[in-house]
Amino acid sequence: MTDTHPELEFFAFLEGGRFMIQRSRESGQCFFYPRVAEPGTGATDLEWVEASGRGTVYSTTVVRQKPPTPNYNVAIIELAEGPRLLSRVDGLAPESVRIGLAVHAVIKRESDKPIVVFEPV
Amino acid sequence: MTITYSLPDGFPRGQTAIVAGATFGVGEAPGYSTFDMAAKASIAALSEVGLRPRNVDALFAVVMDDTLSGLSFAEYLGTRTRFNDNCRTGGSSFQIHASIAALALASGQCDVALIAYGSNQKSSAGKLVGSTRPSPWESPYRPLRPISSYALAAARHMHEFGTTREQLGEVAIAARKWAQLNPEAVMRADLTMQDYLAARMVSDPLGLRDCCLVTDGAAAVVMVRADRARDLCPRPAYLLGAAHETTHREIANMPSLTTTCARQAAERAFAQAGLGPRDVDVVELYDAFTINTILFLEDMGFCPKGEGGRFVSGGRIAPGGELPVNTNGGGLSYCHPGMYGLFTMVEAAQQLMGVCGERQVPDVEVAIAQGNGGELSSEAVLVLGAGSTL
Repeated sequence: MTDTHPELEFFAFLEGGRFMIQRSRESGQCFFYPRVAEPGTGATDLEWVEASGRGTVYSTTVVRQKPPTPNYNVAIIELAEGPRLLSRVDGLAPESVRIGLAVHAVIKRESDKPIVVFEPV
Repeated sequence: MTITYSLPDGFPRGQTAIVAGATFGVGEAPGYSTFDMAAKASIAALSEVGLRPRNVDALFAVVMDDTLSGLSFAEYLGTRTRFNDNCRTGGSSFQIHASIAALALASGQCDVALIAYGSNQKSSAGKLVGSTRPSPWESPYRPLRPISSYALAAARHMHEFGTTREQLGEVAIAARKWAQLNPEAVMRADLTMQDYLAARMVSDPLGLRDCCLVTDGAAAVVMVRADRARDLCPRPAYLLGAAHETTHREIANMPSLTTTCARQAAERAFAQAGLGPRDVDVVELYDAFTINTILFLEDMGFCPKGEGGRFVSGGRIAPGGELPVNTNGGGLSYCHPGMYGLFTMVEAAQQLMGVCGERQVPDVEVAIAQGNGGELSSEAVLVLGAGSTL
């Protein structure tokens, strides 16, 4: 698959319930976000592979809102495959999310679009 | 494949200098366009050394609301440029302009370089003005950009090194104490540790007093070759080293959240200058958030990695401390008109010129002006020196 439309394909997979990331066949390295070429090498021998969904919280913050609007979490997740992405941890209070927490990916719909969020394992 | 650099770093050490710096409209300046403001600062800086816009032949102009600012501002000022570059890497843009101006001046591509910035974000919008495309990868999670990005770096620094909120507070309090010595500073009221800790949280672990101000403001500096600098200015700020590096745009793609590429930029800039952190008398760095001061002091070599929180404690970087940092009050208490980097250059140059009044640090021979762009993405370091360092 050398001719890829990264953003379109990523979200099309996600619509179908699959969290896919890209990998270079030669280097075997996964990366995120999706691109037309592997960062650094420029390799275009890319394939989509299904992410295991396993990851850990690399860093976390609580975005504070004016009450009664609830605060929410924003976190950087390091995937088991290596890449990091910005996301959110659901399933516990935003303040309780800790660096190092083991999480797994869940696909949710927000504003009528699919997004990847994470929940504690 | 590893790229081997075939040439040694030939930066023209000490061959160019900042001979004038000025600001305008710091705080609130309603009724002015961004170009009006940049022009006010530019005319003031040029006037200091008896120059007029028509004498400028190299222009480095950035505003937030015009991508073609290099053209618009040349037209506004009535300068016909033979060198024009409006490189924009966020708040580090101006340090990069200075490094390019040094190369262009030293190689005879131009004779008088003007670097200018103006922002009316406080009067026109009342908040940080964004001028970048929304990210499809980050927007759905509603990070409070750029605050959440810096908060994520701060949280990671706390996790790895035990840095505390009180240590971040030391940065905010030191900045405020310097601001109290700067009549132009926007925030001059006393700030205690109790006030700092009681301020509302914005994006944990950063609270209101960890965040830079949102103000208007414009700044400009004039650069010429060293031979001419001595005729124009009694104490020019010679550019001894200038280097920059970029690693990412969005915070999730930062290689390490606790080490910025200010490390590489500083290493190269110090090597060009033939100096090191121990030789530095004042540090002007881009404190968009309190964690920045800690990260950049570590990365530029003023203390070991992870020690920044302890290093800034006990008033070490405050007035009377052993390392004066952000002597104008910084982005935290002086002003922050969107892209603050040029204000660190004005302050560093003016500390070397000895014109800083009550906040003047005695006998400044070496000053750092550091710029930060994006979300710890682009780091640029200038090493400036007095005539004694040539």
